[in-house]
Amino acid sequence: MSQVRLLVGTKKGAFIFTSDAARREWQIEGPHFGGWVVMHLQGAATDPDRLYAAPWTDWHGQVIQRSDDGGRTWEPVGNEFRYKGEPGTHQWYDGTSHPWDFKRVWHLQPSPSDPDLVFAGVEDAALFRSADGGRTWREVEALRQHSTGRTWQPGAGGLCLHTILIDPANEDRMYVAISAAGAFRTDDGGASWEVATGGLRSEFLPDPQAEVGHCVHKLAMHPSRPDTVFMQKHWDVCRTDNAGAMWTEVSGNLPSDFGFPIVVHPHEPETIYVVPILSDSEHYPPEGKLQVHRSRTGGGEWEALTRGLPQGDCFQNVLRDALAIDAMEPCGLYMGTTGGTLFASADEGDSWTPIAEHLPRILSVEVQSIP
Amino acid sequence: MTTVRVSLPAHLQRLAGVSAEVRLTVSDAATLAEVLDALEEKYPVLKGTVREHGAAGRRAYVRLFACGRDLSHEAPGTPLPAEVMIGEEPLRVVGAIAGG
Repeated sequence: MSQVRLLVGTKKGAFIFTSDAARREWQIEGPHFGGWVVMHLQGAATDPDRLYAAPWTDWHGQVIQRSDDGGRTWEPVGNEFRYKGEPGTHQWYDGTSHPWDFKRVWHLQPSPSDPDLVFAGVEDAALFRSADGGRTWREVEALRQHSTGRTWQPGAGGLCLHTILIDPANEDRMYVAISAAGAFRTDDGGASWEVATGGLRSEFLPDPQAEVGHCVHKLAMHPSRPDTVFMQKHWDVCRTDNAGAMWTEVSGNLPSDFGFPIVVHPHEPETIYVVPILSDSEHYPPEGKLQVHRSRTGGGEWEALTRGLPQGDCFQNVLRDALAIDAMEPCGLYMGTTGGTLFASADEGDSWTPIAEHLPRILSVEVQSIP
Repeated sequence: MTTVRVSLPAHLQRLAGVSAEVRLTVSDAATLAEVLDALEEKYPVLKGTVREHGAAGRRAYVRLFACGRDLSHEAPGTPLPAEVMIGEEPLRVVGAIAGG
């Protein structure tokens, strides 16, 4: 019987939830790495028992943990993330130049084909690569050394590389997104990068249509359509159908086009989901009503999904990596809030049930559909 | 050579798979840097968690105490206190107090 496994990163550790295909009863294990800030966990596509986790604390810095048995046991692997060459500088909040300084890993993305090959998106923004299951890390330096790199400036959340999308049919093509810097694409396995922000408009920038500086919150891509990417930006939901050369706003009738996560339906490439948040300075749902919004038209036309979600006095946020979608039929969605509630839907988002409450602040949710 | 005691905070105990104190063999003229080198050599998983990788500076929120003194700001070449060298006192690796 197939199984669904949720990998939940929180401010105080990681939790693993498992269920059968019905997704009604869930078993919870954890916390793993209790007390550590677990920004993200991710499983390898071709070996679902190979998991990577990124625990971090202010005290002791970054650790990378690896499991080869689906999260029952873990082994610390390599934690040395050293920028290649002389790191140079990027812009600081006060406009001065600031040395590139590794702080932590935000996102882990194993290769679609090789469980030992894994990428890490880090703060200060850079992409690292491990070909030995996380034991050693090497910077994919051409990204940070992009001609615009010295102009990247952090937002309040830090200069973080938080999204890594890999085309499963051509792993040399990848997209990454960096808060307050933008989106970038490589077609040669990271040897060179292009800015992928054509047509984006951000009113908080001196030049709203600048090449870099757009605060991309999350990207999502259906694996069958690598030229089409969806974006939740710091204001605006957008799509591109030409690999980032030109983006079009598809916020349509959303109650707010501010938000953090965005995901694509696994079986319907034009069905996408977002979680509207009131504004950039009010990170909670409009009117205190937690709603997931679904578009079956690739954006533009949205429907509110509210059944089972709190429709009053909810002032929690859903962070950029805290919405996940499984590959079952019908697909399921999983959403973790900053208030520590984990909601699940086994019917494509039509209805939701809290499967855990009172967890620590939820930072990330990933789901594995295991045959 | 002599054996010294080093106490670790809970996070590092779990990471290294040890109890509160570990014992390390160091030279008879051991310094703060030498004992941390010995700690990392015996428990490689602790590299980067007490001192930064590379430059090997102490992480900002880690403190080194011994014999009722804060040795955190002492130079890496500072000799260990005599009480630590004879095993009477541990060198204490401490995480800064924090909220949240």
